[in-house]
Amino acid sequence: MRRTYLIFTVIGLIIVWAVYVLQTPYVGPSKLDQLKEKYSAPRPKKAVDHSKFAVLQKKFKTPQEVTKACLSCHNEVDKEIIGTPHFRWERPVYLENRGVAYLGKGDIINNFCIGVQDNEGSCAKCHAGYGMNRTPTAFDTVAYDIDCLVCHDNSNTYLKGANMGGYPDKSVDLGVVARSVGRPTRDDCGVCHFFGGGGNNVKHGDLEKAMFHPTRDVDVHMADAGPNLQCVDCHKTEHHNISGRLISIESQQAGHFGCEECHTAEPHESEILNEHTYKVACQTCHIPEYAKVNSVNIHWDWSTAGKLDKNGKPYMVEDSLGDHIYKSIKGTFTYGRHVKPQYFWFNGKVSNHYVLGDKVPKGDTVVVMNPIEGSYQDIHSKIYPMRIHTTIQPFDPVTRLIIQPHLWAPKKGEGAYWKDFNWQTAAATGMKHVGLPFSGKLGWIETKMYWPINHMVSPKEKSLQCTDCHTNNGSRLASLTDFYLPGRDNNTWLDTLGVIFIILTILGVLGHGALRLYFYKKNNS
Amino acid sequence: MKRVYIYEGFERFWHWTQAILIIFLAFTGFEVHGSYSFFGYENAVVYHRIAGWTLVGLYVFAAFWHFATGEVKQYIPTFKFMKAQLDYYIFGIFRNAPHPVKKNRLSKLNPLQKITYFSLMVIIIPLMMITGLLYYYYRVPQATTVNPLNISNLHVISFWHVLGAYFLVMFLIGHLYLITTGHTVLTNLKAMITGWEDIEEEEGEEETSNQENNKENN
Repeated sequence: MRRTYLIFTVIGLIIVWAVYVLQTPYVGPSKLDQLKEKYSAPRPKKAVDHSKFAVLQKKFKTPQEVTKACLSCHNEVDKEIIGTPHFRWERPVYLENRGVAYLGKGDIINNFCIGVQDNEGSCAKCHAGYGMNRTPTAFDTVAYDIDCLVCHDNSNTYLKGANMGGYPDKSVDLGVVARSVGRPTRDDCGVCHFFGGGGNNVKHGDLEKAMFHPTRDVDVHMADAGPNLQCVDCHKTEHHNISGRLISIESQQAGHFGCEECHTAEPHESEILNEHTYKVACQTCHIPEYAKVNSVNIHWDWSTAGKLDKNGKPYMVEDSLGDHIYKSIKGTFTYGRHVKPQYFWFNGKVSNHYVLGDKVPKGDTVVVMNPIEGSYQDIHSKIYPMRIHTTIQPFDPVTRLIIQPHLWAPKKGEGAYWKDFNWQTAAATGMKHVGLPFSGKLGWIETKMYWPINHMVSPKEKSLQCTDCHTNNGSRLASLTDFYLPGRDNNTWLDTLGVIFIILTILGVLGHGALRLYFYKKNNS
Repeated sequence: MKRVYIYEGFERFWHWTQAILIIFLAFTGFEVHGSYSFFGYENAVVYHRIAGWTLVGLYVFAAFWHFATGEVKQYIPTFKFMKAQLDYYIFGIFRNAPHPVKKNRLSKLNPLQKITYFSLMVIIIPLMMITGLLYYYYRVPQATTVNPLNISNLHVISFWHVLGAYFLVMFLIGHLYLITTGHTVLTNLKAMITGWEDIEEEEGEEETSNQENNKENN
């Protein structure tokens, strides 16, 4: 009787345990299912059709006339735009080492075309305004210089002219564009952001022309046959201030947002995966590679620029993939495709951008333009995928300043490198323009930038697997050595001694057993 | 030769469940450690956790049973006859000498077993449970939630957990071998399965030692 009770108790406990362990609690539709439902519903129809507005039914001679027409209804919006970084190319930040500073394209040097100053006529192709090729520039003047169309064109026919100070190309029918306006599409954002740095995918690695209409493998969110998200679906915008700023020029965390906004901080069904979100950014596993379609620039060497062909003209060299590996005006380029990101602890802060006029400390051979903060011990840090871009750019070894060269001018003889191919005059003109000294001695220095990888999110079946990191053989996180990662790390001494002692134990019992057998046979014979 | 009921039902249940769990834990654990790949990393982690919790549950019952029945006394180490037992494994066993310490219901462990199992239950198993729970409840610090523990690095936890694992594997090998040193090769194994063991009946010193043991245990 007692025995029966015991058996039943044990079986009962096993059943209770099994139910507990094997149950999958029902928690309603998952967050992902809710999002799928939300984004598969038809988009609401627009309440406003700009093509029917009387004020737009005309032939526009200048783009400023269009802006005037826009402002006749949206009559206060110019005050918003004029303060935004898309128009001002800078924003105020508080930095411990600089106080309140206005940082932006005007004073932050980058790894690509180096800097905007003295080159506005060309760079203004990506300015949300007109008239950057005159003095005073659009920054100082009137609301009608705001370019509404570059962001709100829904006709996909708007195009800014090359080297025209931000004015649209002559071919554009402004009336057609004006009557099409609406919410910005990928085409509107992409036309600047996919070509930053002077060509497709020079800058970002994860933002390039393939993202106009990506396949599901390239970007699971923006795929036409998918949620077909537009940039501004995630980059939520209030009063023309667009969220989600990149640390290439952004110093504070304030403008960042993450996948969590939609997916929550614990989006997985597996508890073990959710635990990872404490320390691992979503992007780390879900963007296993970038530059999935077209090549990305990895290294740029300005020092080789200036070779001319036998007619004394600048030329370009293409490789088999059609990428420009040499340009007389820009130097030598190295490319990558399907690049695996590098991984770093990052807490969202870059507090010490290299700013035009900063002296490079003596002995430094590499200047990090945007040094990132973060470590395992820092509770705000997570592991982020990054792309590292390096450049050799002009440098004054005497003043130890990185040089802002004058690159572009409408014609020869103004000191612009892209016309005259003379670094001396380009450096002297550029530095004079920004009010910094130039010793006359021109050298070269390597600069390095961190670019977090946030786009080109892969379908989940292509995301990283456990053993991409949890392995002692080629772990993706091999370079992050400031913490213990199960499966990757071990104590070599402990493992070696452990194995030796296990072998000794086995030899011991085998030896003992053999002796027993030997004596057993001997005693029996 | 007489048949004696040595291991009760719960003891056998406890022993075999524990055996399966520890072997399974070692197998999944060393996969998590990166020694090989079998179940797949995530599965190995999940299985290891389930088996670990199951073993904790089993030990709660086992501890209760041992204390409630007083069987726990059998594990208290003694040096008495330890040398005799050692001599037996080093010399006697080859001469087919009798076991120096006789088993019975009230004294089922020889002095070497006592010290070994005692060390296991007092040092290694608690070490594995504590480091295992730390490993489990180790949460990397996070800004927005309250964390049960705030351990800055897994390295130390992992070191002791792996060290314990190597000890257990060594114990397992030795244990498997020493099973075969009963009256016949299979005597001990059968006893742990059925509960009944054939005990050698002999007069002399060993008998007295048994009686003394009995006294101690009583």
